[in-house]
Amino acid sequence: MQATRLPNLLVENGRIIDPSQGIDRIGRVLIAGNKILAIDPSDADLPEDLQRLDASQQIVVPGLVDLGAELREPGFEEDETIASGGSAALAGGYSSVRWTTNTSPCIDSPGAVEFVRQKAAKAAGVRVHVIGCLSKNRDGEQMSELGLLSEAGAVAFSDAPRSVPNDALLKRALDYCRMFNLPVFDRPEVPDLANQGVVHDGQTSLILGLKGLPTEAEDLAVARDVRLAEATGGRLHVGPVSTMGAVDMLRRVKSRGIRVTASVCPHNLCQSDQELRSFDARFKVHPPLRSERHVKTLQQAVADGTIDAIQSGHMPRSREKKMNDLDLSPFGAATLETTLATINTYLIETGIMDWPTAIRRLSTSPAEISGIEGGTLKAGSMADIAIIDPDEAWTVQGSQFLSRCKSSPLDGVELRGRVRMTLIGGEARYTASDSN
Amino acid sequence: MTTASSVKTDSPAIEFPSQWKRRHLLDLESLTAEEITILLDTAQNLKVLTHNCKNKVPLLVGKTCANLFFENSTRTRNSFSLAAKRLGADTVEFSSSGSSVAKGETFVDTAKTIEAMGVDWVVTRHSTPGTPHLLSRELGCSVLNAGDGPHDHPTQGLLDMLTIRQHRGSIKGLTVALVGDIAHSRTARSNIWGLSKLGAHVIICGPPTLVSPRWAELGFEVAHHLDDILPRCDVLNLLRIQFERQKARPFPSVHEYAALYAMNGERMRKAKDDILIMAPGPINRGVEITPEVADGPHSVILEQVNNGIAVRMAALWLLAGANQAH
Repeated sequence: MQATRLPNLLVENGRIIDPSQGIDRIGRVLIAGNKILAIDPSDADLPEDLQRLDASQQIVVPGLVDLGAELREPGFEEDETIASGGSAALAGGYSSVRWTTNTSPCIDSPGAVEFVRQKAAKAAGVRVHVIGCLSKNRDGEQMSELGLLSEAGAVAFSDAPRSVPNDALLKRALDYCRMFNLPVFDRPEVPDLANQGVVHDGQTSLILGLKGLPTEAEDLAVARDVRLAEATGGRLHVGPVSTMGAVDMLRRVKSRGIRVTASVCPHNLCQSDQELRSFDARFKVHPPLRSERHVKTLQQAVADGTIDAIQSGHMPRSREKKMNDLDLSPFGAATLETTLATINTYLIETGIMDWPTAIRRLSTSPAEISGIEGGTLKAGSMADIAIIDPDEAWTVQGSQFLSRCKSSPLDGVELRGRVRMTLIGGEARYTASDSN
Repeated sequence: MTTASSVKTDSPAIEFPSQWKRRHLLDLESLTAEEITILLDTAQNLKVLTHNCKNKVPLLVGKTCANLFFENSTRTRNSFSLAAKRLGADTVEFSSSGSSVAKGETFVDTAKTIEAMGVDWVVTRHSTPGTPHLLSRELGCSVLNAGDGPHDHPTQGLLDMLTIRQHRGSIKGLTVALVGDIAHSRTARSNIWGLSKLGAHVIICGPPTLVSPRWAELGFEVAHHLDDILPRCDVLNLLRIQFERQKARPFPSVHEYAALYAMNGERMRKAKDDILIMAPGPINRGVEITPEVADGPHSVILEQVNNGIAVRMAALWLLAGANQAH
């Protein structure tokens, strides 16, 4: 495989999965320039100057779309830059990431949105969409200029990684955003109940004497969020969620037709708080690793669609910050490069969901939720494509990550499924080396 | 005493138990009943050998013990120092009242610096659970946990058990109640694991805001009313209310807490005639215990202090021996 610009490219012999069109078959995708021209074109329709890419034994999907990765620039470049985070995303099969607001200064002005977009256009390789700060200075008091942020290119609003603390502000924002038809993202957690906990509040925290993050801190926030979405008719996305209580609430409100979507992080689908037994800070992630019962419930909920999307939950933190005790180490881990393989290993190969459902959760639904192009292989759409070898086994080595963050809760774990190539607008921006 | 091996020591009076393999003492949860028994037997022997921990025995001459305390401590730290000195070892003291990060150095770096001075054991206390476990992976020398946040305080658990054993001969079959601030107490956790492994019936008693129902899920008896369980108890271990670790007061007032849980003369009359009253200290007189009980005939609080030196001598000696074999 060559990482070069290919004016006319035929990706052939691969298993094409496109949930947006209900396609799952062996076939070929014809790319002309930066767009998809056709799926399974007849030989007569093939242009003459054609390069062919053999994808046999591989899966060809729309590039993954992330609902929220922290890229940390400006202000925390020791953790991640737009360039390093972009490379990590491409290696993970992502064609597009929502860049979240946890920076300094925060992105609460049109100029700041513009800065990130320009920087990303130059440096990231991956498509970067900006989530603007819901509140000015991210202080949870006054709405940012949401209309102007939207004109500058913001695709959603959030005060992540905090929950919007002020009920009245959240209600106002949900209401106000209806005129732009943009979603409000909330990371649900009631701070008073979270009470500076560091791990899931359960038997493990009890035995280890660690401060617990109780599930009700998330449950109550989800309850508030969905009720305010119902009251205003605004578009709400809650995530990442991690509790049985959140799942239960989502099931109930979705059955009543309320416009709410939700997402979950890969670590909450495969690891439990038992990992904290090692006292190793690489397991201090957010949302916290919960008990086995929550993990099982989340797996079912993401399989049956109660949870719409899987987001990477990429929260990069530098080595010097992570190599500390559990109280001082910040929450966070690098996940962009492991998410797809995690889902394959723990959900697909175990029979909990199939590939088309996984690609819907990782690509098609996130694109729909944030109202951006992507998540599809429809003719005429941008040729953002990931080519995956579903059988390749590899062992996670944080030290080898392209992300500046080398901390992973899966370090040393063998996963199956590897991104071979990521195309952005028909161009191969990432090609796996065979050395690993 | 367990079977002795032929591992050479400087003193003919005590032989090294060959079953002891551990290089670190991090918590009681991970020890077996046999290992706990070796520690207690060794502590008892060393106590006799040193005439109640008063005389010196040159078992550890030439070795150095570093006390690395990131949290305030008087008794545990002095107890470890004395234990090391009684066996002929040198000690080096390091303490940091503020957080290590405030000084721009992580505690792992601090520990590595102290280790580089040539020490055989690092005795560490820290406000965060798991810090000794972290150090045991980073350092080459032995690590002893002298208290890691609310997680564990193995030598405290051991000295409590040694005290009970001296009075009752055995732990097995006794009913022991731990009363008070279980949520924030490392002493409670050490006692819970140690006592249950040695066959005691453990009751965990205190208000629901300090005693999680999850203890019952783990198989322990949970009680909220001291008066209900008091007549059944052979031993009461009265844990201090750790105001410094509580963000919000878990009960309405000290006055109310004392009314519900303080061991006083009136409650003593409902207890068994031979009940043992213990407290890890420092004690809050008038909160968890009244002076008449603390200083009364059932109190073994000062014996606990003396036994502290015995179990710390045992821990230092056993870890050093395991290191030598290593």
